[in-house]
Amino acid sequence: MRGILSFASGALFGSGLMLSGMTDTTKVLGWLDIFGAWDPTLGFVLGGAILPMALAWKLRQRSGAPIAGGTFPAPPSRKIGRDLAVGAALFGAGWGLAGLCPGPALASISWGGVGGAVFLVAMSAGMVLAQPLGRRLALA
Amino acid sequence: MPEYIWGFTGGLMIGTAGAILLLGTGRIMGASGIFGAVIDGSARGGERREKLAFLGGLIGLPAVIAVLFGGQATHLTENFVIVAAAGLLVGLGTRMANGCTSGHGVCGISRLSRRGLVATFVYLLAGMVTVAVFRHGLGMI
Repeated sequence: MRGILSFASGALFGSGLMLSGMTDTTKVLGWLDIFGAWDPTLGFVLGGAILPMALAWKLRQRSGAPIAGGTFPAPPSRKIGRDLAVGAALFGAGWGLAGLCPGPALASISWGGVGGAVFLVAMSAGMVLAQPLGRRLALA
Repeated sequence: MPEYIWGFTGGLMIGTAGAILLLGTGRIMGASGIFGAVIDGSARGGERREKLAFLGGLIGLPAVIAVLFGGQATHLTENFVIVAAAGLLVGLGTRMANGCTSGHGVCGISRLSRRGLVATFVYLLAGMVTVAVFRHGLGMI
């Protein structure tokens, strides 16, 4: 049951990313290009995504446990550390360079060609290196 | 149909996917957290299987749609040095900040998480500065 729900969520997420234009780096870079031909589409994607999710957080308060068992996540931490600020800045720089973030990079891998594969391999390496590097730089 | 309607409709699908994962399994839908925990081995047993199922859907359905309808393109730059540097930064940054566009952006903002709001502000700003510098300053992207 948990596996089926996870699969369904991933499938809907991936097709939503595809339909919305998030897997097209031209649209993503257009959204970030506020000094050029700015493309507002991604604002509609984010707005559209936040609505059902905000409703889900409301429903979560009224339901005792997830449908397929387990527990709901704890309330969000309020800690704004250096890891959050530095990490988000590095992520934003990478996102602005290529126009891909993790979800769309995965969703588009079947048609992304060599470039898509290079991005995914480099992203995986970055993910594996993040913890030891963060400790080394004493960011956490 | 205008682009923003496709964007909004796709956005509703993304948010509904997050709602299914939260209300169904109690997990937050963050692409970098799910993929990162699978490849660095921090998710084990049942949790790992759930994350693999999510990734199967995330990669699988778009692949099927692409085969059936065709015409998809990422329009990624052909400069692989930039692509590799971008991937490395995205991987490092999202794991350090513990979230990306889906986790901090969609799931965090929708519950008014302070961390989600701050992270989203910072990565949007960094992305806009990067495009300004590399497109309009250096002409590289």
